[in-house]
Amino acid sequence: MNLCLVLGSVVATEKHPAFAGRKILVVQPLDELKNPLGKSYLAVDHSSSAGQGDLVLVMNEGGGVRQVLGDKTLPIRSLIVGVVDAVTVG
Amino acid sequence: MYLGRVIGTVVATKKAVGLEGARLLVVQPLDHAQKPSGPPEVAVDRVSASPGTLVMLEGSREAALACDPWFVPVDSAIVGLVDEVDT
Repeated sequence: MNLCLVLGSVVATEKHPAFAGRKILVVQPLDELKNPLGKSYLAVDHSSSAGQGDLVLVMNEGGGVRQVLGDKTLPIRSLIVGVVDAVTVG
Repeated sequence: MYLGRVIGTVVATKKAVGLEGARLLVVQPLDHAQKPSGPPEVAVDRVSASPGTLVMLEGSREAALACDPWFVPVDSAIVGLVDEVDT
């Protein structure tokens, strides 16, 4: 799982039915010191409470996503599974 | 998933089994600021995108799952037309 910062949201009216009613957020992966690490990407929000500026936990494994959402055919790979309160390192 | 901009089309008469009728587009992946991020790629279009459109792309096995039938040799699919990115 990745620690990510939510940069914003995406509005898409025309989309694959699997994404209907799901909140899609733009996230920037971070390292353990919260420095940007790699490219930003899009993730579906399963916490239903994440928003811009939040630190979140993103799962990037489709099999796990399909297990969590209970549908074996979902074309979703990145899922926000938690909102992070604090990170302590060392 | 990631953002991308459709920059072209691909015509391929002879394709692998399962890809008959699939619409192939050339897409430039973008970051959150809509700046190019990595090399362009060819994606299967699932939402009737056209050149110039800002789209949502899905990669890996999930790209194949976005197709019908889903047991196809696809690793990049356009799964949404983006109206707005609010960052």
